[in-house]
Amino acid sequence: MTANREDEYAQQEAQLDDLYREVILDHYRNPRYRGSLPSPTTRYEGYNPLCGDDVTVELLVKGGIVEDVAYHGSGCSISQSSASMMTEAIRGKTVQKIESLFREFTAMMRGSDDIDFDLIGDLEALEGVRKFPVRVKCATLAWHTLQEALQHLDQGEDQVASDERAIR
Amino acid sequence: MTEAEPVTNQGVSGKPAGGLDIARIREDFPILAREVHGKPLVYLDNAATSQKPRQVIEALVRYYESYNANIHRAVHCLGEEATAAYEEARAKVARFINAPSPECIVFTRNTTEAINLVAYTWGRANVGPDSGVLLTLLEHHSNIIPWQRLTAEKGASLRYIGITEQQTLELDGLENLMDSRTRLLSVTQVSNALGTINPVQTLVAEAHRNGTMVLVDGAQSVPHMPVDVQAMDCDFFAFSSHKMLGPTGVGVLYARPELLQEMDPFLGGGEMIKRVTQEDAIWNDVPWKFEAGTPNIADVIGFGVAIDYLNGLGMENVRAHEMEMSEYALRRLRQLEEVIIYGPPDPADRGGVISFNYPDLHPHDIGTVLDRHGVAVRAGHHCAQPLMSHLDVSGTVRASFYVYNTLAEVDVLVDALGQAYAFFSNDRK
Repeated sequence: MTANREDEYAQQEAQLDDLYREVILDHYRNPRYRGSLPSPTTRYEGYNPLCGDDVTVELLVKGGIVEDVAYHGSGCSISQSSASMMTEAIRGKTVQKIESLFREFTAMMRGSDDIDFDLIGDLEALEGVRKFPVRVKCATLAWHTLQEALQHLDQGEDQVASDERAIR
Repeated sequence: MTEAEPVTNQGVSGKPAGGLDIARIREDFPILAREVHGKPLVYLDNAATSQKPRQVIEALVRYYESYNANIHRAVHCLGEEATAAYEEARAKVARFINAPSPECIVFTRNTTEAINLVAYTWGRANVGPDSGVLLTLLEHHSNIIPWQRLTAEKGASLRYIGITEQQTLELDGLENLMDSRTRLLSVTQVSNALGTINPVQTLVAEAHRNGTMVLVDGAQSVPHMPVDVQAMDCDFFAFSSHKMLGPTGVGVLYARPELLQEMDPFLGGGEMIKRVTQEDAIWNDVPWKFEAGTPNIADVIGFGVAIDYLNGLGMENVRAHEMEMSEYALRRLRQLEEVIIYGPPDPADRGGVISFNYPDLHPHDIGTVLDRHGVAVRAGHHCAQPLMSHLDVSGTVRASFYVYNTLAEVDVLVDALGQAYAFFSNDRK
């Protein structure tokens, strides 16, 4: 490979790095909490009909705290990394804290300027996805699925909820 | 109208490609001069829509600047000129697919509307509870949904011809799928998702022996190879202008003349009637009976010019060029060991469409990286979800070629693919 070509490739990758930040690729290659829980208290399956991405989120919630979480599904690197990053961000946190994190994350993905980056933490890596409008739904799929799972909790359902409705 | 001059066999870098002078053809397409993310555009999404030559774009401008008028009823000069150009385009379409007369050609918005027209008119009158419609697993959603709706409404059966390991139609056991109750076989001539060319002539003969009518979806065939609807002997044939160098918003339904005579109108309104009273109306003659309201005049005229352009190239040459492109692309892609290529292995059995995947990589991720290299491909389910489910994939990456694509562009694609794979696989092991 010539030096020129190497430069050119480096430039290409720099542009792509906006979308595929190293943190995202790390979660894609080494997913956290991927799989199923033995006895979840709530579960929800989300689906993005545009890409065919699907993510199932399972939660073990006790006393208002998400004690354990798992996800599984298939889709592009953004949808699956975002799910992995989400599990790490919410595990051990209160439902209340998770709900404010959900609001902050979705506000960031909508392009809001007023973001509490201390709260957002590593999830900031997904901000670059905003430059690729068609991919934003890939990044938010796991979070909307989580929100649905938590809403089933609010309704006082002790049964595992499973739904194939599309989450947009 | 401007007749595109035939181009000579000079080729790019002295290499003739299917008898077409690609370098000269490319000069006719202004969009090919643009860059994407700082790279020359490599447009390989032709199965979705083709680019437009200057001749077509200029025809649209000429219409709007010099003879824009509504057609058919105007008594003034502009109206007469517009009507003549519109009807001349119909005649060009008829000749292009060797239809027996221009009256067999109905203009619609697109292929989808042409198929819906048949489902809503002929289908509603001819498909009942004791009958059925036969499709194939290779159909685009536009050739599935209208028939799902019709058969659900009528309580009729809906069956599918499956596919073989090589992703060609499984014709063994066809007699079990097509029986005396099968009213219609609706089949694509070329699969938009995999590129498979279907043996439509054989299927039509088989169906007709069985008393079954045949609709052929020609959206992916007419732009890329010579098509003769009389030799094919199909009953209905549908395709779109925008996939064959013409403007968007124009589709074509060809039907045998006696069928169009029998069929009820689709939409009601102006233009499709002869006489209207307070109570009822007498329908206009075929094909105008099916063209209610002001049609897409400018784009139909532009479509006629696109057909002139393709005739100038020669459809045999277009087909030969795409076969050469496919042959080369298949050879290069096979060098990337990890890549899974779909569709029949022999370029003679496929159109200029190549669908592929990297295991473990999502098509959208590959598509995004390719885009950064200026390479436009399709990534996803290609409006063929039943087929994708059958193949057990969420989607594929699809590169599709046309008259202005070069072998050098295949090299750009393959080079970019290698980098995409490296980008996502880095450190993975």
